[in-house]
Amino acid sequence: MIELTWDWAFVWQVLPMILSAAKVTLLATLLGSLLAVTVGLIFALLRRGPSKLIRIVVYWLMEFIRSTPLLIQIFFLYYVMPEFGISMSPLVTGVIALGVHYGAYLSEVFRSGIEGVDKGQWEASRALNLTTLDTYKDIILPQAIRPMIPATGNYIIAMFKETPQLSAITLLEMLQVAKIIGSENFRYLEPFTLVGVLYLCFSLLAAYSIHHIERRFPKEGFNLR
Amino acid sequence: MELGEIVSVLLQGAVVTIQIVAMALPLAALMAFVFGLIRLYAPAPFKQLAIVYIEFFRGTSALIQLYWIYFVLPFFGVSIDALTAGVLALGLNIGAYGTEVVRGAIQAVPKGQYEASVALNFSASQRLVYIILPQALVNMIPPFGNLSIELVKATSLVSLITIADLTFKAKSLADMTLQVGEIFGVVLVLYFAIAQCLSLFFRYLEKRLSRGLGRGGVN
Repeated sequence: MIELTWDWAFVWQVLPMILSAAKVTLLATLLGSLLAVTVGLIFALLRRGPSKLIRIVVYWLMEFIRSTPLLIQIFFLYYVMPEFGISMSPLVTGVIALGVHYGAYLSEVFRSGIEGVDKGQWEASRALNLTTLDTYKDIILPQAIRPMIPATGNYIIAMFKETPQLSAITLLEMLQVAKIIGSENFRYLEPFTLVGVLYLCFSLLAAYSIHHIERRFPKEGFNLR
Repeated sequence: MELGEIVSVLLQGAVVTIQIVAMALPLAALMAFVFGLIRLYAPAPFKQLAIVYIEFFRGTSALIQLYWIYFVLPFFGVSIDALTAGVLALGLNIGAYGTEVVRGAIQAVPKGQYEASVALNFSASQRLVYIILPQALVNMIPPFGNLSIELVKATSLVSLITIADLTFKAKSLADMTLQVGEIFGVVLVLYFAIAQCLSLFFRYLEKRLSRGLGRGGVN
């Protein structure tokens, strides 16, 4: 057994490598959350759509995506899609997997946000002869967004914390870099602890800023344009 | 390889996955209750300790915790095999989320129940055991059901520390036979089936526990 002490010199040596890998992690989270919001909104609107068949299909599709592991979905996209002639880089695969997985979660948030808007708003828009698209765009969504922010933010933080799984398809994000450093130097304590601390800092920072963003949003809604 | 052979190999992995769930779930429940109650009722230093545990395990990702336990602890002289590391990491991780469920459910019990039990001269522990927990338990079931599904999904991570669970079997079978479509398709269906079974079980439990509490229609 090696005598284990915290080695600051080693920390300063590996910190730059881990920090540059943090850029990949943050990029995957950013692109993933943009995709997730889009997918979530589409799913939420489809589940409110006129066709009963589509509603049922979308419900079970979401249930399926939400109750199977992200890791398997990542493997599926990375190894099976090339059989259909679609080869994607690890980053693109990861962004799509994260986006679709969390899109399924977000659609529930969006649906309850949309249903939380007062029924009178729908009736008034109908009375004013607005189209369904205009009603969503100008009346419903602007009022629905503020109550959705906390839950959406929590899911985006959760997504951020799932990014290490992308190391399984060789994406060089923080944990993968830490693992490589660890196996080269046979010192796992500092790299893994650093990555853990960085994740903790980022998550706490993100939680704080979501709280801040929510307070900044006007309660009565706002113009989407 | 025939589809039947693939399924039978994968089922062996599914058994390991279910075993891990069966070991990690009680650990998670224990952590959730212990630290949830400490968080609510214990005096200062213990409360802070609980907050540190909760924030640490909820603020970092499960895979990092798993790697930390598996790769770093042995250097401290704590030799730990992969299965124990997996169960420990998953149980502690899901348990940290569970503390908030326990706390929320206890706080959701109407205040009048506390006041009535104080008025009837119940001691603090009697109050908790006879009045608060039986009602809070029912509130906890649906979120615990969701967490148990999160746990099933998280077990796929233990494949990365070489435990031969469903994901591990699938990955090695896929590397060997290259029949990736069938293999990962079957795996997705198996995980979905496990999750649906758990979800049904928790719905049954909820119905069972809410008997006699005078809520939700027919008793």
